[in-house]
Amino acid sequence: MSALGRQRWLGPAMFLPAILYVVALVGVPFVLAFLYSVGDVKVGSVGYHFVGLSNFASVLQNPTFRRALSNSFVFTVSSQVLVLVGANILALALKNAFPGRRFVRFLILLPWVAPVSIGSIGWKWILDSLYSVVNWVLIRLHLVNAFSPPMYLGEPRLAMISVILVHTWHMLPFATVIILAGWTAIPRDIPEAAAVDGARFFRRLFQIELPMMLPIINVAVLFGVIFTFTDMTVVYILTRGGPYDTTQVLPSLAFFTGILGSDLAEGAAISLFLVPLLVIVAWLMLRSAHRAEVT
Amino acid sequence: MAAGLRARERLGRAVHVATLLFFSVALGFPFYWMVITSFKRNPDLYNLKNNPFVFNQKPTLEHLRLLFGETLFVRWLGNTLFAGVCVVAITLLLAVPAAYALTRLTGRWGGRLGIAIFLTYLVPPTLLFIPLSRIVALLGLQDSLWAIIVVYPSFTIPFSVWLLMGFFKSIPRELEDAAMVDGLTRFQAFLKLVIPISLSGILTVVIFTFTLVTQEFVYALTFISSAAHQTVGVGVPIFLVRGDVYYWGSLMAACLIAALPTGILYNLFLDRFIAGFTVGSVK
Amino acid sequence: MAVVQTRALTKLFNKGEVGAVVGVDLESREGEFLVLLGPSGSGKTTLLRMIAGLEEPTSGEILIGGRVVNDLTPRERRIAMVFQSYALYPHLTVLGNITFPLKAQRMSRIEREKKADWAASLLGIGHLLARKPRELSGGERQRVALARAIVREPALFLLDEPLSNLDAKLRASARTELEQFQKRVATTTIYVTHDQVEAMAMGDRVVVMNKGSVRQIGTPAEVYDDPSDTFVATFLGSPPMNLLEHDNVIVGFRPEHFFPTTHLAGKAAVPADIRAADREGPYVPLRFRVGHEEYLGAERILYGRLDGGAFDGKTAISRMSSTHGASFPAESLHAFAVREGDLKFFDRETGTRTKRVPLE
Repeated sequence: MSALGRQRWLGPAMFLPAILYVVALVGVPFVLAFLYSVGDVKVGSVGYHFVGLSNFASVLQNPTFRRALSNSFVFTVSSQVLVLVGANILALALKNAFPGRRFVRFLILLPWVAPVSIGSIGWKWILDSLYSVVNWVLIRLHLVNAFSPPMYLGEPRLAMISVILVHTWHMLPFATVIILAGWTAIPRDIPEAAAVDGARFFRRLFQIELPMMLPIINVAVLFGVIFTFTDMTVVYILTRGGPYDTTQVLPSLAFFTGILGSDLAEGAAISLFLVPLLVIVAWLMLRSAHRAEVT
Repeated sequence: MAAGLRARERLGRAVHVATLLFFSVALGFPFYWMVITSFKRNPDLYNLKNNPFVFNQKPTLEHLRLLFGETLFVRWLGNTLFAGVCVVAITLLLAVPAAYALTRLTGRWGGRLGIAIFLTYLVPPTLLFIPLSRIVALLGLQDSLWAIIVVYPSFTIPFSVWLLMGFFKSIPRELEDAAMVDGLTRFQAFLKLVIPISLSGILTVVIFTFTLVTQEFVYALTFISSAAHQTVGVGVPIFLVRGDVYYWGSLMAACLIAALPTGILYNLFLDRFIAGFTVGSVK
Repeated sequence: MAVVQTRALTKLFNKGEVGAVVGVDLESREGEFLVLLGPSGSGKTTLLRMIAGLEEPTSGEILIGGRVVNDLTPRERRIAMVFQSYALYPHLTVLGNITFPLKAQRMSRIEREKKADWAASLLGIGHLLARKPRELSGGERQRVALARAIVREPALFLLDEPLSNLDAKLRASARTELEQFQKRVATTTIYVTHDQVEAMAMGDRVVVMNKGSVRQIGTPAEVYDDPSDTFVATFLGSPPMNLLEHDNVIVGFRPEHFFPTTHLAGKAAVPADIRAADREGPYVPLRFRVGHEEYLGAERILYGRLDGGAFDGKTAISRMSSTHGASFPAESLHAFAVREGDLKFFDRETGTRTKRVPLE
């Protein structure tokens, strides 16, 4: 084969294995999820019957599902808002060197780096109904009643707040680190020019520096939304979706229905409700990446 | 006037320290708590009258002994290590050539294909796990480590390709051109020149792939049912119980052991990781 | 009244190991264009940044308008600065960039736009107001930076090498525009550059700096014709002044003052570049063996060695207008001369200017 001919198939030969692998293990299941959701598949079932949208209909009528759908949005939006504010403040505190910065960075990274299941079980112990250290402190400070302290994982409202806070705790380091990278990308003389132009700290921050970092903050938020919206681990470990399914989210409900409940079709239908959000986020990411390339 | 400036500076510094303290405690406290719980004697641990922040009785290694001697923890560590090594191998084998090809050999649509690959990273396990559980059963891999060894590369490969593409892009083309003028084929230049130069990038991919494996929960929970075949991420929160009772002491010790190594490794390679996520958004 | 003054201004880095600026005393006049000239590392930019308030001095005082401003933030000093990269805010339009300082002053929107229009028309960029910086050329960006600077009508302009990012052709015309602009607004300007041509062309006075200290302050004519030490003598002028060691002095003469004796005797056309008064001697004769020649179009530069006499074997450079058609082949020996009055003498050890010394 001529040298040029050899060249031309080298590229595809090098990347096709990876692409095929990913297509097989992501693309195929993706299609199958759609097929299951409009069929009647159960664990152990052999045939396949098309049932149209009846799975979706039954899912939508289920109040637990509607609760899970609303929870998914509430948890994601709340935790991401908290993460956004917190990560910006923390990044501001970390961007200039100070003694011990490396150690602080290591410390604040731990919630993201440790497996989220490990972090969640750690929080489960901290929020334990009997032995919670939080309650111990609050009782000592006379802020709560020693005989009926708050059940952080046992009361619906508190359980929701707990889930939101654990998500925030888990995602904060990731956003912080990305926003820190955004800070280092601002050329030094632009904030200086703003200072000479008469802008003090907060005006500089809100009118010059943060707007310049918007593309990067975008990236952090979009990733954060995806990771939080599609996560089932925190809910599964903290509350198992309880008390009484009040903290279920779409992914955890899909798990309980499809795997533990063996109703693959209905589980698939539930999990498909994740897709619209993913599509929107992917589109937003592509758009901001395209804009970044244009500049 | 000078006094006003000094006072402003001092206030700024105080706010700075307070902020750092607040976040360090808020984010790090659970790990401190894991340390304390791991070494506290049970009577001390479960006594509500004791101050939980200090050791009221002498610390003990009992929980560690229990963890290593009477649970499957060591087995889980071994399982995770084995799965990690296999997944890293598969990922490197597929992702390194793919990233190189997409950077060098494909022109503009190669970049777009790279973005497409990265987008697959956004497809969550919680969407795919139901069909995948069926596929895994069909392949006869259920309740075995091989299920996750086969499935994990589906998300480690996209991430690694993205990371490596950013890395390869920073190597000047002239290097390989010079090698080819000297008589090597493109593939030889890739093997003998590009890979050795990229060792730090490849090492980064190894570290991050390994941490992705250790952090994963959904697939392991879905595909593997028996405790003996589980990984650390699922075994510790789910199987370190007797009935309804959690053995918190051992549990927290297990968490600590599971969390710290990845923490240290990740911290060392953080900058590369950020570069991977932000290439394209930061100019 | 002096607009800007510095007294013994010093900036040390690395716990005192690196003296970026050492003991600088400076006084600028109202409306003048003062150039800080020096090679990189001379401290000129650090000095400018200290005046701006972006760098804190280690010791010494800075006064603006008679007031000590050491403890004032840049905002409080009523200055404007143009950075080398122009530092335009990339996410704002040209109008947004120009009005930003006025917003910081909490000016009303109508006022802001009026002033912005005035500044934009002064710099001829009124048609660019809706564009973003990334859509502008280098020259246009510079004008936007200037507009943003004057819109607040500051007491002092600080410019940090604003022409170095433009390509050579653009630089010359931009330089002229800048000079005219400064004359028109008549604001005291401090201008940092490493380019001595810019300094000579634009400055009312030049502050020549090296390694953190001021070597000389004077008009372009003063620093060129009357340098205070060998550094100033060689930094200004291209090619640099010839410096030849002799006993315990260094003798210096500029290449354009070193020419063939045929230019003197009425034989060949009397060159126009010797002033009438200097056609008389006394002249110091020097034999010159030509090494090689550079023909630069309007000028010719000859490189070679002196032959015999007090400076035997030392290299020297001669520079003459191309209107002299004589040929100077390599290795040829010629009779050259320098007018005694054009010789400058420097102390051999310190490099500072000393009195004339007779040469044998």
